[in-house]
Amino acid sequence: MKHAHAQSRDSVKMAAGQQWVLVEMVQAFYEAPAYHLILEGILILWIIRLLFSKTYKLQERSDLTEKEKEELIEEWQPEPLVPPVSKDHPSLNYDVVTGPPSHKIIVNGKECINFASFNFLGLLDSERVKLKALLSLKKYGVGTCGPRGFYGTFDVHLELEERLAKFMRTEEAIIYSYGFATIASAIPAYSKRGDIIFVDEAACFSIQKGLQASRSFVKHFKHNDMEDLERLLKEQEIEDQKNPRKARVIRRFIVVEGLYINTADICPLPDLVKLKYKYKVRIFLEESMSFGVLGEHGRGVTEHFGVNIDDIDLISANMENALASIGGFCCGRSFVIDHQRLSGQGYCFSASLPPMLASAAIEALNIMEEDPGIFRVLQDKCKHVHKALQGTPGLKVVGEPLAPALHLQLENSTGSRTNDLKLLRAIVDYSMDRQIALTLARYLEKEERFLPPPSIRVVVTVEQTQEEIERAAQCIREAAVKILK
Amino acid sequence: MTSLKYRRVNVSDEHHLRNGALKAHSDLKQGSNNLKNGYHVTEKVQKNGNGDSFYQPRVRGEDSFEEAPMYVAVMTYMGYGIVILFGYFRDFLRAVGLEKCHQAQEREEQKDFVPLYQDFENFYKRNLYMRVRDNWNRPICSLPGPVFDVMERVSDDYNWTFRLTGKTIENVINMGSYNYLGFAENNVDFLKTVAEETRQYGVGVCSTRQELGNLSIHEKLERLVAEFLGVESAMAFGMGFATNSMNIPALVGKGCLILSDELNHTSLILGARLSGATIRVFKHNNMQSLEKLLKEAICSGQPRTHRGWKKILIMVEGIYSMEGSLVRLPEILALKKKYKAYLYLDEAHSIGAVGPTGRGVTEHFGVDPNEVDVLMGTFTKSFGATGGYIAGKKELVDYLRSHSHSAVYATAMSPPVVEQIIRAIKCIMGVDGTTEGQRRVRQLSENTRYLRSRLKEMGFIIYGNQDSPVVPLLLYLPGKVGAFSRAMLKRKIGVVVVGFPATPIAEARARFCVSAAHTREMLDKVLQSLDELGDHIRVKFSRHRPSRRQELYNETDFEQDS
Repeated sequence: MKHAHAQSRDSVKMAAGQQWVLVEMVQAFYEAPAYHLILEGILILWIIRLLFSKTYKLQERSDLTEKEKEELIEEWQPEPLVPPVSKDHPSLNYDVVTGPPSHKIIVNGKECINFASFNFLGLLDSERVKLKALLSLKKYGVGTCGPRGFYGTFDVHLELEERLAKFMRTEEAIIYSYGFATIASAIPAYSKRGDIIFVDEAACFSIQKGLQASRSFVKHFKHNDMEDLERLLKEQEIEDQKNPRKARVIRRFIVVEGLYINTADICPLPDLVKLKYKYKVRIFLEESMSFGVLGEHGRGVTEHFGVNIDDIDLISANMENALASIGGFCCGRSFVIDHQRLSGQGYCFSASLPPMLASAAIEALNIMEEDPGIFRVLQDKCKHVHKALQGTPGLKVVGEPLAPALHLQLENSTGSRTNDLKLLRAIVDYSMDRQIALTLARYLEKEERFLPPPSIRVVVTVEQTQEEIERAAQCIREAAVKILK
Repeated sequence: MTSLKYRRVNVSDEHHLRNGALKAHSDLKQGSNNLKNGYHVTEKVQKNGNGDSFYQPRVRGEDSFEEAPMYVAVMTYMGYGIVILFGYFRDFLRAVGLEKCHQAQEREEQKDFVPLYQDFENFYKRNLYMRVRDNWNRPICSLPGPVFDVMERVSDDYNWTFRLTGKTIENVINMGSYNYLGFAENNVDFLKTVAEETRQYGVGVCSTRQELGNLSIHEKLERLVAEFLGVESAMAFGMGFATNSMNIPALVGKGCLILSDELNHTSLILGARLSGATIRVFKHNNMQSLEKLLKEAICSGQPRTHRGWKKILIMVEGIYSMEGSLVRLPEILALKKKYKAYLYLDEAHSIGAVGPTGRGVTEHFGVDPNEVDVLMGTFTKSFGATGGYIAGKKELVDYLRSHSHSAVYATAMSPPVVEQIIRAIKCIMGVDGTTEGQRRVRQLSENTRYLRSRLKEMGFIIYGNQDSPVVPLLLYLPGKVGAFSRAMLKRKIGVVVVGFPATPIAEARARFCVSAAHTREMLDKVLQSLDELGDHIRVKFSRHRPSRRQELYNETDFEQDS
């Protein structure tokens, strides 16, 4: 009997396709003793009984009477919808800007020089852009009253998409009506449950939300650390070898930012492209801070490194910084981009961009194309600011010399985030009193996956003069000396 | 022990009319306040029980969901079956090279990567959507007002690509845009302030609300929105979709329960999913289903641990954009009170579009807006702008100011857009010194009733509530969807058609959005065309008998427990 059992077990272990297994089993059946067969017969009957008996639910088992239920409902006390916010919560009382947030900005009633808005190219104040917006307003009114699919596609949208694609030298571009929603919609359009995304730890919040919405498997690598990324890719390769059939359907993506908003440094794109082909992973690149900033023609980090833009599967950027309008866009090959027209949630289910904002973006692109020297000017100013801020006592400059939005962090933290923020806020206030508008970099502390240390944001624009930059640096130095002691 | 009684009232037609726009003010005073268990729908207008309360529950029309005859359902499924079979056949032809494949291809260098798309999704797009693709994304080159100019486009490769011919089809009647109150307009006088703001501010902001993007006009707008809605406070955001998806996560999280209507908009679903809360779905507008879920949730707590839920949030919309149905607000409010849940009301389509003075569903039902915990709405539709708001108690809005994803990470609203909203709201409220806003609200309500009743007379199956300016006309068969839309465009009427996956597979439909800017002549032209076309392509499916779906809602006097 033992023999027969072992034999049948062995035969089961063998590949199922083999025909003679059945014969072996029939043989084993004949060899087995009677009591064994009876036992198995009873077991089979038991299984049949289980199959046909009434299933019970957990709830039915609980003996709650109606009265008890009423009591439970009576007793249950929910938490308040929102916890109370104290009146002096640091992020409750906003600075109020009256008038336009341009080079000269009036914050809380004081006129300052703007070192805080992402108006890198000064296009917010451009009369040309305003004029185009006004012409558009006259023709189209303000809103589009519909999503792109339902008569929300205007000729200006098509023109803007074409212009963006041409500017970036890609096949196709797609525009969204909100910068934040761009990458946050693009990621889940491609990456689904079960897919794997390798993402930099310093990735901005909209990427994080996109990852979350995709429900994919997310693997974080250390900021700009290609070795760490390769380690993860290798791990995955080993994993894939274990189950090659599954590996054939798992899509993989690397999501990085061109110029990180949280750390103000540039991603090592050439290395990423190498890894892309080595491990067959697609690259999504978020360029909100680098589009219209880096590169000879402002095409961003691909131009900066001289990387072939076709090697990047998808590039997204918002039109709210350098272009000084509203909205965002994705560009790349039609094979990739066109998919979003049915699958990008923020594209399909949201009203399209107001035509006047699209017109403004087109005119801003015109200016960028006509005068590529503007990027040179910006890059020089960035270097200047970066240099001028070096050696500020108690503060360290975080970011590349080419970054248009730097961070000033405390050299020595007090040990508590709240106190650090208070110190930095005091520096911001001090500067604000002396006509230099700065801002703290704001984060949702509980929501960020890797919370960046507290910092002051210093934004460079082409409108700032040498003298203003010196004045700002001087002012920050004074404030640091005074406040940080 | 309370026994809940739903008493649905069969309301006569003339009574409906009394509910209309401006007349309703007089009704306000008479409405009965017979809220025995908190949520009785009153039977007719009775004598006043409690005179000092301004908000009086009001009788409302029923949502109707007439069912199509059986043969239609059979034909619909057959239609899909044939298209799918053909799709396989043509895929086969493409595979063996007999048919040219127009689809964009993967780069040669990346052919050995894991395929970017799953096959079924592409199958649907390639073989079903491609056949009717010309009915969507039609580009226009004018104001999206009551009439617009459509840019003519042709396809040389069976809808894979389109080529603009350079011609425009002018003065197409616009039945597709959400321009309920006609604020999509380019009258220079009306837009004077918007133009001024553009000249002064430019179009962008280049910063977030929490950093240096909080302009005084944003605050002005928020005060005005709060005043308009009759609540303590409000906050405005740059995109309607993101208002939901970026704020719901700030309100609920792990350990909370979201009860969501099955037909809720994608943005609500995305927000709920991003929040990390447990989501349970109740049947569309079905109070029994909702109450059952509420009861069960409180009695058995969270799954596995059986710990009590931290909070329960009911998420509903004012007007459902694909069904044209109105939320059953009074009943939901009563349930919410009984079970201590919170209510999130998305008024994307209803704000401005319903209620005697355009204040949305709360006003339509005569409910105090302060009873709704979270009032959300968009500026895209009735206000002819873009963006959204959340309004309610000051604590709620203060919390969002400090914790909303949008306030911290997203660029603030464009100043000209803000001014457009301010202008529109002022007009509706009448603070601009004219009665134009109220005229529009009244006109919209008249147009809605007119179009809906005429369509019903003609024998079309029309979904939704008689007061809802969203008017879905059921086409069912996939083949009729394209035919309908193309034939209408030929008659110079722009309509929206929707099918799977935006609707259930067997319920493809056309959807009209009524606007106050539509003149009677326009509507008559649309109706006449529909009448002819309806006979021609045979989509007058109505048999004028109450549907099964409606009976469900009409269930009278059922005892909930005891």
